[in-house]
Amino acid sequence: MGRFVARRLLQMIPVFLGTVTIIFFMTRMLPGDPAAAMWGDKAADPAQLAAFKHRMGLDVSIGQQYLNYMGDLFRGNFGETLAGRKVIDVIGEALPVTVRLALLAFVFELVVGVGIGLLAGLRRGKAFDKVTLVLTLLLISIPVPVLGFIFQNVFAIQLKWITPTVQDSMNLGQLMLPAIVLGSLSLAYVARLTRTSIAENVKSDYMRTAIAKGLPRRKVIGTHLLRNSMIPVVTFLGTDLGALMGGAIVTEGIFNVKGVGNALYHAINLNEGATVSGFVVVLVLVYLAASLIVDLLYAVLDPRIRYA
Amino acid sequence: MTTAPEKTIAAKDRLVPGTPLLDVRDLHVEFKTRDGVAKAVNGVNYSVAAGETLAVLGESGSGKSVTAQTIMGILDMPPGRVTAGEIMFRGRDMLKMSNEERRKIRGRKIAMIFQDALSSLNPVLSVGYQLGEMFRVHEGASRKEAKAKAIELMDRVRIPAAAQRVNDYPHQFSGGMRQRIMIAMALALEPDLIIADEPTTALDVTVQAQVMDLLAELQAEYHMGLILITHDLGVVADVADKIAVMYAGRIVETAPVHDLYARPAHPYTKGLLRSIPRLDQKGEELYAIKGLPPNLYKVPAGCAFNPRCDVATDLCRTEIPALHQVTDRDGAELAGRKSACHLWKETLHG
Repeated sequence: MGRFVARRLLQMIPVFLGTVTIIFFMTRMLPGDPAAAMWGDKAADPAQLAAFKHRMGLDVSIGQQYLNYMGDLFRGNFGETLAGRKVIDVIGEALPVTVRLALLAFVFELVVGVGIGLLAGLRRGKAFDKVTLVLTLLLISIPVPVLGFIFQNVFAIQLKWITPTVQDSMNLGQLMLPAIVLGSLSLAYVARLTRTSIAENVKSDYMRTAIAKGLPRRKVIGTHLLRNSMIPVVTFLGTDLGALMGGAIVTEGIFNVKGVGNALYHAINLNEGATVSGFVVVLVLVYLAASLIVDLLYAVLDPRIRYA
Repeated sequence: MTTAPEKTIAAKDRLVPGTPLLDVRDLHVEFKTRDGVAKAVNGVNYSVAAGETLAVLGESGSGKSVTAQTIMGILDMPPGRVTAGEIMFRGRDMLKMSNEERRKIRGRKIAMIFQDALSSLNPVLSVGYQLGEMFRVHEGASRKEAKAKAIELMDRVRIPAAAQRVNDYPHQFSGGMRQRIMIAMALALEPDLIIADEPTTALDVTVQAQVMDLLAELQAEYHMGLILITHDLGVVADVADKIAVMYAGRIVETAPVHDLYARPAHPYTKGLLRSIPRLDQKGEELYAIKGLPPNLYKVPAGCAFNPRCDVATDLCRTEIPALHQVTDRDGAELAGRKSACHLWKETLHG
């Protein structure tokens, strides 16, 4: 197991370097001059502009900028925004919000999705299963903004249970509704995946053996059926956790959550190269960590992979 | 033959004064599917006593496995449905028991060994866990005790280095070893009856004999009843006490094993025996029973075997034969011999 983890960690290095390099050049190649944009409609004073460019390190060749950036990065320096804030502070503010939102959404889709999928799979062809299939299909077809607005309308404006937008982005209670909206699409996929997997495994020979052993139903399902059926679901959940951590521009926008999605959106609009690549660096790390966790979970769930 | 302690046998016998361990009476099972109703089991009767081995012989679709699954209580219902009959176990009809009562019998009193051990064992749980589960669920053993007992069991079925292999997974064992684990699992709580559904079919020929011998040895040691379901006449010969031959969901012939081989009393049994390849028939074409196994959605009228039978008469095409007591030429009853053929006399003596 230790060697497996070490190998995976080593594989992460080229992936990390590659993504950072690509995003660096992509942000720098965006049209428009971010420095000149600082002066808005007015023509910039050439001397001030040059001084500003020099301070931001934009007055050297792009190759040199790249080398400088990577050098700083490995010293833990993510650079500054055009307004002079440290990028690491911007990330430090947005990331905890997104982590909270993502984890809430994740727990929601995991618990409710697997629960519904399990029940539907065990009752394949019955009413509960059919209703599940229709409702999840509906959920998959509704665009997130529409769902967000429906929720806002029903729960905030009609029922007045919550405020339409999030006032305090670190408050778990206030993040609940955005999390449900954010998790609902994946929930539909998780429910369907689980249902199919359960329905398939329930007919397997080892299930017949488990029943023949005289195990109580809850052990037959909890120990024997669920563990085998979760393998495909875990793959989806793992990549989805990575995606959730990357922030949700639309959901965060609707509910005014000050998370990664929100911060990235503004950074891209303002052509803040350092901020965008700073976020991407962190998100790539999060994504790689998530996929490593999935692979490890895989090995825990399925010994045939562990020893292969 | 038995090496089990006297006490155990006495206790078991006391529980069943004069009645067999298992007595299946007039069992009918059918499957309702989109294509219609498949009559899989049509009035099966058989019984097994403690320490006795009954071999149930028949081709695919003869209802031998469905009968076993019904006894075990693991038939998928629906689509399966028991329409008539009784399954008396130690004098009580299991079909009238609650689900919870039946669950407690499963694994503890009646255990089952399946054909393909690789797919029948859970791929993601260690064999130690799967064996230990029997003790934890039925006897409330702790994890530690269960593991110790699992190792003991693996030793019993002669798996080398059991203590080191207890945490291994099914895919890490060879086919023969896996089937030994299945046997160990069935044996765990020393049940009264073991149902083995084609226990050696998925194994290499060399391993088949070893596994069969082990099963027979353990059965004798624990004085268990054994129902051995197979389509392989060779497997049966050495270990079974009596044979029930099934065709289209009915028993067509029962007999002590050697009598059946020597003098079959049903044309179907005769055909089966003739279709075994033999070394002294080298060069000759192998005999095969003509026609196809019956369609369970549309079992032929009369004797179900009549379209494939060489000696069928008009009577065979209209009237279902009863299971006749078989007698010798002088009319003396032959013990344990029955045949469901209108022409059993001609078949046996002719």
